[in-house]
Amino acid sequence: MEKMTKVSTINGRTMFCHLDAPANAISVCRDATQVVVAGRNIFKIYGLEEDGFVERLNLRVGRKPSLNFSCADVMWHQMEENLLATAATNGAVVTWNLARPCRNKQEQLFTEHKRTVNKVCFHPTEVHMLLSGSQDGFMKCFDLRKKESVSTFSGQSESVRDVQFSMKDYFTFAASFENGNVQLWDIRRPDRYERMFTAHTGPVFCCDWHPEDRGWLATGGRDKMVKVWDMSTNRVKEIYCVQTIASVARVKWRPERRYHLATCSMMVDHNIYVWDVRRPFIPFATFEEHKDVTTGIVWRHQHDPYYLLSGSKDSTLYQHMFKDASRPVDRANPEGLCFGLFGDLAFAAKESLMTAPSSVGEVGRKTYPGGDRRYPIFFFKKPDVTEQFAQVSSALSVFESEAGSAVGMDWFIKTAQSYLLSGKPFGELCEHNAQVAKRLNRPQESTTWTMLRIMFSEPANPSMSANHNLNKSGNLPLVNSFGMKEMSAALNERNKENRQDNIHNLDSNHNNNDDNEETEGSEGQAEYLFGDAELDDDDLYSMEHENPAAEETEYLLPQEAFPIRHEIMDHPSAPEPLQEKPESPHVSGSEAESMCLTPMESFSLISVSQLLFSPHLPPKFFCPIVKEMLCYYAEQGDVQTAVSVLIVLGERIRKEIDELTQEHWYMSYIDLLQRFELWNVSNEVIKLSTCGAITCLNQASTTLHINCSNCKRPMSNKGWICDRCHQCASVCAVCHHVVKGLFVWCQGCSHGGHLEHVKDWLKQSDHCPAGCGHLCEYT
Amino acid sequence: MLDFAVPINAGLTIPRSNPRTGEGNMGSWDVGVRIPRPLGNGPSRFIPEKEILLVSKLDERTQSIFEDAFAVLGRLDNISLVIGFHPQYLESFLRTQHYLLQMDGPLSLHYRHYIGIMAAARHQCTYLVNLHVNDFLQVGGDPKWLNGLEEAPQKLQALGELNKILAHRPWLLTKEHIKSLLKTEEHSWSLAELIHAVMLLTHYHSLASFTFGCGITPDIHTDGGHTFRPPSLSGYCVCDIANGNGSLEEMMGNQQVSESSGEVEVLMERMKQLQECRDEEEASQEEMATRFEREKTESMQVVTSEDEECVPSRDVSRHFEDPSYGYKDFSRRGEHVPTLRVQDYSWEDHGFSLVNRLYPDFGQLLDEKFQIAFHLTYNTMATHQDVDTSMLRRAIWNYIHCMFGIRYDDYDYGEINQLLDRSFKVYIKTVVCSPEKITKRMYESFWRQFQHSEKVHVNLLLMEARMQAELLYALRAITRYMT
Repeated sequence: MEKMTKVSTINGRTMFCHLDAPANAISVCRDATQVVVAGRNIFKIYGLEEDGFVERLNLRVGRKPSLNFSCADVMWHQMEENLLATAATNGAVVTWNLARPCRNKQEQLFTEHKRTVNKVCFHPTEVHMLLSGSQDGFMKCFDLRKKESVSTFSGQSESVRDVQFSMKDYFTFAASFENGNVQLWDIRRPDRYERMFTAHTGPVFCCDWHPEDRGWLATGGRDKMVKVWDMSTNRVKEIYCVQTIASVARVKWRPERRYHLATCSMMVDHNIYVWDVRRPFIPFATFEEHKDVTTGIVWRHQHDPYYLLSGSKDSTLYQHMFKDASRPVDRANPEGLCFGLFGDLAFAAKESLMTAPSSVGEVGRKTYPGGDRRYPIFFFKKPDVTEQFAQVSSALSVFESEAGSAVGMDWFIKTAQSYLLSGKPFGELCEHNAQVAKRLNRPQESTTWTMLRIMFSEPANPSMSANHNLNKSGNLPLVNSFGMKEMSAALNERNKENRQDNIHNLDSNHNNNDDNEETEGSEGQAEYLFGDAELDDDDLYSMEHENPAAEETEYLLPQEAFPIRHEIMDHPSAPEPLQEKPESPHVSGSEAESMCLTPMESFSLISVSQLLFSPHLPPKFFCPIVKEMLCYYAEQGDVQTAVSVLIVLGERIRKEIDELTQEHWYMSYIDLLQRFELWNVSNEVIKLSTCGAITCLNQASTTLHINCSNCKRPMSNKGWICDRCHQCASVCAVCHHVVKGLFVWCQGCSHGGHLEHVKDWLKQSDHCPAGCGHLCEYT
Repeated sequence: MLDFAVPINAGLTIPRSNPRTGEGNMGSWDVGVRIPRPLGNGPSRFIPEKEILLVSKLDERTQSIFEDAFAVLGRLDNISLVIGFHPQYLESFLRTQHYLLQMDGPLSLHYRHYIGIMAAARHQCTYLVNLHVNDFLQVGGDPKWLNGLEEAPQKLQALGELNKILAHRPWLLTKEHIKSLLKTEEHSWSLAELIHAVMLLTHYHSLASFTFGCGITPDIHTDGGHTFRPPSLSGYCVCDIANGNGSLEEMMGNQQVSESSGEVEVLMERMKQLQECRDEEEASQEEMATRFEREKTESMQVVTSEDEECVPSRDVSRHFEDPSYGYKDFSRRGEHVPTLRVQDYSWEDHGFSLVNRLYPDFGQLLDEKFQIAFHLTYNTMATHQDVDTSMLRRAIWNYIHCMFGIRYDDYDYGEINQLLDRSFKVYIKTVVCSPEKITKRMYESFWRQFQHSEKVHVNLLLMEARMQAELLYALRAITRYMT
């Protein structure tokens, strides 16, 4: 009851005051009315008034304060309200008595530590007992009635970072060390620690006993973890672990809240977090007021969970009210999204969100609002009253991809496996790959391969192959060079984009068309351009009724190369983004176009007309187009095509695309292949790539570790004799020589040897060559 | 030339083979090709070659580290051979260096080597520059950059200022320097890249100190490391004879020992005294503060006047600007820079976290390396066994930090005066602040009775302490920029 009345007297608000210097540590007196702030250049006591901090006392006196005032830590005695202790950076432990009548309140000075003292700690119930932990690896216990320490504890290690008396066990204290260990000591036995365990990798900066739970100790380390240990059992057990984002400098259990603790960081992160250790992923509350790292945190009263005091390197002292804390949980989106290996998509979200009418109806996928019945994955957590987290119930939906749909990646695997990237003449490779793409019902890629073959085949019989491929009917268009035809075909893409815009900006683009018509020099050119522009997608015509006259004249023009062009135009997904951008008519019509700035961009229609008519175009001429095409594929996410083409074309195109882009493509493709476990293909791609950064992938981690076949220990890298059992390892059972290459062994009896020898042997005999009687089998 | 040099180098320094006989065979090979021969004898000008080879033969651990290093790099540089005296450290050193240069990191390989060149050039360390010029070209760096910093990308040019300050007066580094490098524009650095660059710069600044401090001779495959002249008597240079590789060895050695016997005993006696009287006599705080100041100012007066310029074969000055900028003493009248208190910004608490955050895993490696360097001891001093040298090591470490204005609150700087004599201080200061001025005389004039391996140990301490000092300032500036 007394407790309760005391608590109720505390009130206040979130407030702060400026200190003159950065603080290193703070401590609060028992009745929660005063706080002491200590640092290198500050040592003051502030009173906690209802509406602000009031400076009560400056303990730093003297003209030239000595290093004894440079405090690494400070503690206010919890029993004796006039007694304070500080740990000085020069290794001194100083006690201060506020009741002293003169200005200098220093009472006792212990200079027994050789290095900086990191921590001092009063015994929670004993008035005269003080403990210190220092950089020199020693902990010392002082009786304040005597002039020197009564006992010294050696941690047998460099640097004690924190010492804390247990709240419940009178004789026990914990010490944390720079090497990651935590030791438990009995104050009566300075010769040896009671138990020791490794808590963290790297220094353990802080530890704190749970105020109520006898055996619980929280530790925080440089490895960014806060761990809660249960000491009550025989073996020390880690029961909770919270991963923070920076090294943990201080940890303090929150009073009256069994599972809460506050932490602050030593570097980079300036916030103070209050965690519920059972919910380690997101802080329960954060205080974000400080502008530099927080160096000291303390709960204002040992039975009041709502007030937190903190000092910081930014020279401010804050009182935080719990109600003013920010709650990251409120801002978090409890949603999760994950792709399965086979294109399935799982999505979990708050139930309230999921019941809303689904506006984003995805075609070709099943949605299971409110949880898929066939996947009954529901986790109901028992609501815990002590747990103040918002309870969120989420629904999980799984979107399955239908076999053969665009989402499934079957085509990817099949394509990867059946594409040929090397080993045959260029033409055959293209032809093969075109067939593969066709079989997999990917006409666009198939055509791409065909086109590539035409463009880059040896100029020996260009027109032959070109004609053959372009028009099966054999009827030649107006132009007699394949170069021209290809050119215009490639132009299609661009023209089409223009036309897409036309649909939406009829006014402006109609003018455009007119302009084109007017400026065009040759008639043939005009035919081609407009022919391309109109002929491919029939449905477009229906939309262009407004200017039928203009269309009609052009419609009449002869269009020989029609069918093949139509195929090229078949971009299933390209038009959508275009249509969303009616405002940008001409130049930035397509995303793909604007992203890869190629010479194509600047092709005016007229200049094209003049270039086109050279009868034999060098393969180089197509490079810009091919480059644009590759970029387009890559942008669309089909990095497979981009890389395959890149490899097959090799030198023909390599110089056109900058190394970094290539590397990026390769990396993406290899990553994809490895995710689908297509190791062989991925290796082939690595081998065939011309990027230095890619080929060197195969040179990484080429070490093979082997164990000795006799003693089963790892072999050193020196020769073929095991240095432990001094026997030749991996001896061939047939010829009794060391095998220095392919080694084959029976999984039944683990005897084996040279591949050839074992093969030969097993042709003659069924039994193991080692004579162990096992019936080996070579498959 | 290079193509010949590399395989022969391989033959020379494959750990198990005997370099001397290897060379002999090569020399008698008369097929009309010009075979390069190493110019200097042995990896160090200061240390007799015999001793270095002995170590690598006797110690199994060193042997296996050498083998591993050779397998990874395809060469074994003279630095590693000399560090081979201390296999425990060598292992960590090579691992760190390998991570820094070859493993995943924000900077591309040729950038890394170029930054290494920039850093080494700051101290006119021809050895390291040549080493990395080769590496730089091997990983496909643009040879044009080697004409000078002006030809390098603007991004690297921007690093010049940082390089300069870090090498000579790191305490002047402020968050404004960091800000100007990181401000968003075309040639700016990202934070992770900057950390990587800082690591490289500090690594090579301190490695340059080590190189000069131990008188490392050029590797055979680098410029100035070999000659095509046939071996003859006139081929011996003076330094070979002087460092005991020649026949005069015995004669000179004996003289020195008799001269300075008792030095070690005196030092040990002092350490013992300090240990004992530490508890009795407690200096006042004022006294402690003045001791630090005194040490600081004294370090200033330790002048390194011996100017023996050796002309670098490659014009190293191309790689940096403002060659006149050098070490200025920390505590000069006029400009007052506050001392850095280790208790406020230390490697263990602050530096490590920052590095590990921005350059994952490297903090761990570096931490290990510092730890090993600081704690390395064999409990011997010269011929004496079972000596606790921690006091001496700490004095050396703190003296170096003192020169950089880094102060330990809990250290009595009077100890330094007791333990380090003047010639040793001169050596330390020269190695750390202007390593290019080190001479053989300086190397020999301190700690005459100590073994070469112990002198190498001292150099390791110097190297690591210097690196940490530079790092502390650099990381503090970055931390301040981030807050």
